Amino acid sequence: MNRLKLIEEWIFKIISFIAAYSVVLILLYLLIVVFKKGISALSWEIVFSMPEGGYYFGGGGGILNAIVGSFYLSIGATVLAVIIGLPAALFINVQLIRLKRTQNTIRFFLDALWGIPSIVYGAFGFAAMLFLGLNASLLAGIITVALLITPILVRAFDEVLKTIPVELQEASFSLGSTRTETALKVLFKQGFAGFITALLLAFGRGIGDAASVLFTAGFTDNIPVTFDEPVATLPLSIFFQLSSPIEEVRQRAYAAAIVLTVIILIISVSARLLSKRYSKNSIK
Amino acid sequence: MKQMAFTYQPNLLSESVTMENQTEVAEMKKDSPIIEIKNLNVKTSEGKILKDINLKIPKNKIVVLLGPSGCGKTTLLKSLNRLTDLYKELKVSGQIIIDGQDIMKAGQNLAVMRQKMGLLSQRPFPLPASIYKNVAYGLKLKGIRSKKLISHSVETNLKRVGLWNEVKDRLKSPVTSLSIGQQQRLCLARGLAVKPAIILADEPTSALDPISTKIIENLFKELKQHYTIILVTHVLRQALRLADHVVFMYYGEIIEQGHPDEILKNPKTAILKKYLVDGN
Ligand SMILES: Nc1ncnc2c1ncn2[C@@H]1O[C@H](COP(=O)(O)OP(=O)(O)O)[C@@H](O)[C@H]1O
Ligand SMILES: [Mg+2]
Repeated sequence: MNRLKLIEEWIFKIISFIAAYSVVLILLYLLIVVFKKGISALSWEIVFSMPEGGYYFGGGGGILNAIVGSFYLSIGATVLAVIIGLPAALFINVQLIRLKRTQNTIRFFLDALWGIPSIVYGAFGFAAMLFLGLNASLLAGIITVALLITPILVRAFDEVLKTIPVELQEASFSLGSTRTETALKVLFKQGFAGFITALLLAFGRGIGDAASVLFTAGFTDNIPVTFDEPVATLPLSIFFQLSSPIEEVRQRAYAAAIVLTVIILIISVSARLLSKRYSKNSIK
Repeated sequence: MKQMAFTYQPNLLSESVTMENQTEVAEMKKDSPIIEIKNLNVKTSEGKILKDINLKIPKNKIVVLLGPSGCGKTTLLKSLNRLTDLYKELKVSGQIIIDGQDIMKAGQNLAVMRQKMGLLSQRPFPLPASIYKNVAYGLKLKGIRSKKLISHSVETNLKRVGLWNEVKDRLKSPVTSLSIGQQQRLCLARGLAVKPAIILADEPTSALDPISTKIIENLFKELKQHYTIILVTHVLRQALRLADHVVFMYYGEIIEQGHPDEILKNPKTAILKKYLVDGN
């Protein structure tokens, strides 16, 4: 009997070991491939200069337009998503605290939205743009990416709020706070570290997504100055370069992929560091 | 009427509670309890948690709620400041009259009503802020803005719970730097700062070490001069040490109540006799 348990334990250990390490290995392999293919094309020029004419046919210059464009778009979308998402998450957890079933229904729909492929958001954004008479533009891209990341953000915020013990709310209420005061002064502060993490993760998802901006954001060699101009994004820039028949341009696609990967890695690492820094006041 | 309300929120910070005032009101209210619970029922879809609770709680005494776990002590305590509102599945009915007011009809004044009661839970739940801000929190909610008043109250209340010397040099530090026992005392200070008349304590020492437990118990003995304390415990010896009145509950009902010596030394009912022997 005991022996059987030991074997069981042992098998389980091996399986989880393999699973954990294969995830790491796949990630490493992916990074190695991208870096190997792109490092030779990566240069200061690519990162810090605008594309010159005919860039996608082997012309000079860089992808600064796409880097800056991606930041514009993702920052805009994240801000929009937070404006909608934070009150929504607080609403679910504070106002609806007594309505468990409504809470779970909302969560179910948000999770379903989370699972929708981003090309569907792209198509929806495109249809909405036609309806509103918008051109492919920074604004349309921001709206579409915000649609994509809002459910993610709400659910991530929601998960943070869910981990906050109900006794903390009870403490706040019994000191005489209203629901709003409890939400703003206690729940928000307790969850702050988690919110930052959620925010950066949503931002990372936004900056890396190609399909949602394919029809909605357009593409341009310039950096937009107004919301109704088209905007270039890194994922699309990679896509266009990869589809080039010219070998040199395809190599540059991998250089752009390195840039995107590094940006996302930096975001993930800062999410970790920031959440550590800001959790010093939260109750464990 | 105004005078009564005044003495029910004892203001320990200022010395302005005059003797005449106290005796006058004490005489008027000698026999009337500060809390009167009438036919309180708490139900869920699965059944009753509290069944027809009728209970009078005298002023400035320690009333101990005793009973096996799951008998409804926490629910009774939470009904008193309507924290039961947070749980939709709980249907509360009956009357709870505090200070002459039926709190079941408190409406908009819920927050004010709740400030009459300080809550101490089983584990300390300090707010996610500094030590200072924890004590200041309730005062700010009351609309007190004066830095001087707030600082004074923080100091006074931290002193009352014997925490001042331990934390006076690090008031701005996060509460997580305190031990559990210190956090529990901080929670008490935080509750006292809003000047409640009643302290609701739900097994406040069950997560604490013996020394912190002793400190809290001694605090309660002092505090009962000015506060009505309702203490949930399942430690019989704690009940004997602290209680002026013991209420024994079992499966949502009050089985027996009275002076601790009577109740704990000469139980009348078989249920209580069994509980005193086996603890359930
Ligand atoms: N929100 C709730 N929903 C459903 N049942 C509850 C809820 N709160 C408490 N109960 C039930 O009510 C009974 C009494 O609980 P409680 O008041 O916590 O007991 P005690 O504090 O005496 O241990 C328990 O059986 C518990 O499961
Ligand atoms: Mg309990």
